[in-house]
Amino acid sequence: MKQSDKRLYWKKNVKYLLILLSVWFFVSFVLGVFFVDYLDGVKKTADGIVEDPESIFHGFRLGGFKLGFWIGQQGAVYVFVLLILIYVILMNRLDKKFNIEEKEITTSDH
Amino acid sequence: MDVQIWTYIIVGITFSIYIGIAIGARAGSTKEFYVAGGGVSPLANGLATAADWMSAASFLGLAGIISFSGRDGSVYLMGWTGGYVLLALLLAPYLRKFGKFTVPDFVGDRYYSQTARIIAVICALFISFTYVAGQMRGVGIVFSRFLQVDITWGVIMGMTIVFFYAVLGGMKGITYTQVAQYCVLIFAFTVPAVYISLMLTDNPIPQLGFGADLVDEPGMSLLDKLDGLSEELGFNKYTEGQKGTMDTFFITMALMVGTAGLPHVIVRFFTVPKVSDARKSGLYALVFIAILYTMAPAVSAFARTNLLATIPGATYKEVPQWFKKWENAGLISWVDKNKDGKIKYGPGIAFGENADGKLKPQLLFDKAGELQRGENNEVKLYNAPSNNSNELYIDKDIIVLANPEIAGLPDWVIALVAAGGLAAALSTAAGLLLVISTSVAHDLIKKSINPDISEKGELIAARLAAVGAVLVAGYFGVNPPDYVAAVVALAFGLAAASFFPILILGIFSKKINKQGAISGMLAGLISTLAYIVYFKFVNVTDNKPENWLFGISPEGFGTFGMILNFIITVTVSKFTPEPPKEVQNMVEALRYPGEAKE
Repeated sequence: MKQSDKRLYWKKNVKYLLILLSVWFFVSFVLGVFFVDYLDGVKKTADGIVEDPESIFHGFRLGGFKLGFWIGQQGAVYVFVLLILIYVILMNRLDKKFNIEEKEITTSDH
Repeated sequence: MDVQIWTYIIVGITFSIYIGIAIGARAGSTKEFYVAGGGVSPLANGLATAADWMSAASFLGLAGIISFSGRDGSVYLMGWTGGYVLLALLLAPYLRKFGKFTVPDFVGDRYYSQTARIIAVICALFISFTYVAGQMRGVGIVFSRFLQVDITWGVIMGMTIVFFYAVLGGMKGITYTQVAQYCVLIFAFTVPAVYISLMLTDNPIPQLGFGADLVDEPGMSLLDKLDGLSEELGFNKYTEGQKGTMDTFFITMALMVGTAGLPHVIVRFFTVPKVSDARKSGLYALVFIAILYTMAPAVSAFARTNLLATIPGATYKEVPQWFKKWENAGLISWVDKNKDGKIKYGPGIAFGENADGKLKPQLLFDKAGELQRGENNEVKLYNAPSNNSNELYIDKDIIVLANPEIAGLPDWVIALVAAGGLAAALSTAAGLLLVISTSVAHDLIKKSINPDISEKGELIAARLAAVGAVLVAGYFGVNPPDYVAAVVALAFGLAAASFFPILILGIFSKKINKQGAISGMLAGLISTLAYIVYFKFVNVTDNKPENWLFGISPEGFGTFGMILNFIITVTVSKFTPEPPKEVQNMVEALRYPGEAKE
């Protein structure tokens, strides 16, 4: 591999990582933690948890689930699987594009 | 045939399979012992990783925890799966390219420092030992519950089996038994889940049935019903979360990053032939884990609905058989506080501490060794009733254990669940024992104390270390330290705060040097250790939100330690000399799956 190719290959890899990890963060934390009540159509108040009619997701159900609850208990996990799948596909393509031929790595002490 | 005979048959068959594999997959070299020769297919490695990762806590405990915490349980579901994204994207491919045997190998070579290597070994040993104690205990508990064997004998049987394939086969033996164990455990988890989903919602897929309408009440969804039942009894709604947002964030992050930093999981990616295989096995692993992790919350909701719909308000004398069976085992207990003969269930703890000062029921026996019983023929307890109105104690483990009986499934399904629990506990225990023996034989003896040791000598040392580790783990299984549960938070916190940042930085930056890595690791390790030890062991009564630093619970503090580690590693590296050229070249080479040579 040429030095310039190497740099380009690594840059692409890092770009893929940044995009995929942003999705990972968004789904796990923005949707799954910070806005989970909003997605469920409720809000936390001093008197406990109450319905939040202002949320556009109030009353919304996805196959019987409130959206925030579903993301936390099902959806996020599916997204994680999908993210790794996309990464595998992208990297295999990148390897092909750069003509990287992988040999078996010899594990050794030396 | 009764349950016990079925259990002996099914557990016997699965154990013979494990031993058979162990004999067929003996390790002949250190390479085979440490990384299965580096020739495992990505699919097999994915299966093995899933079994390695899913412990007795995932199989028995997860559904139970969620069942009792509702939406708040999401932290475990996201936390214990999201880490695989980090692992597959940020660590596995590069560490595979590195081409050595252990995590301390990487730390020692990348940071060209024996000190860094030793700190990494200590962290790896500490994390693995804390974890393995719980697994052996899990083996003992499954044996004692299903086969009415004494816990000690259960642990000894578990040790014997693990001894066979871990000591003889090393990573090679472990890998192929884990593949078999995954199949056993997932089958055992799925069968009752599908049955119950069909029964309650007429949908054979638990992940969908979980959101569907009830068969008995068309138009009423299962979760609405569950919310309603919970509120009627004074509990919070099942689909609402009570935990503070910031703390939830910190805990979820600590679990994710901790997962990605666990040495026994990372080392699995060293067993595949190529970098692209490491990526692929990350994908397979998460797919196989996700099958159980998306089914578990469905099982939780099904079991909770069943429980709340049938037990509260029922007359004790008319409760189903499973209730009495698990009452005899001390996993369900009832105290008739208002003397009406009916079971009242609500928030609050039903009774006080047992003789050991724990909030677990302690059954009373008469001189003949029979259980003492009260007016309604219920099992009597040593524990005094508490002053709230809740009369019922339910152990979290019951959710998975009693599921087949609650659903009225045939006896062989109950036996299958026992075999599944054992598979989950044994597979994780074996993976941990391997890390321990590798750390001792390879990282300590070969790389630190006696570099001239022959290959044969190292293999013998690895086997002896494995024997030692099995014995220590067994000892902890029989005499569990009180703090097993608290210590799991510690293992994740430490993995997050010590390993993760310096692994990532070591791959993605060439400028991070040994001074940075050592100070960062120590800062993360010490701060997290101090915080968790203070709130979990030293001053347990202070463990309240108002005393926590920035409102972070001990479970979430690993995230703080991790951030601290990142900051210190980067800052110290800025003000100290760059790493030598050959180390920078090594980092460069990690980044390309092909040969780095021009």
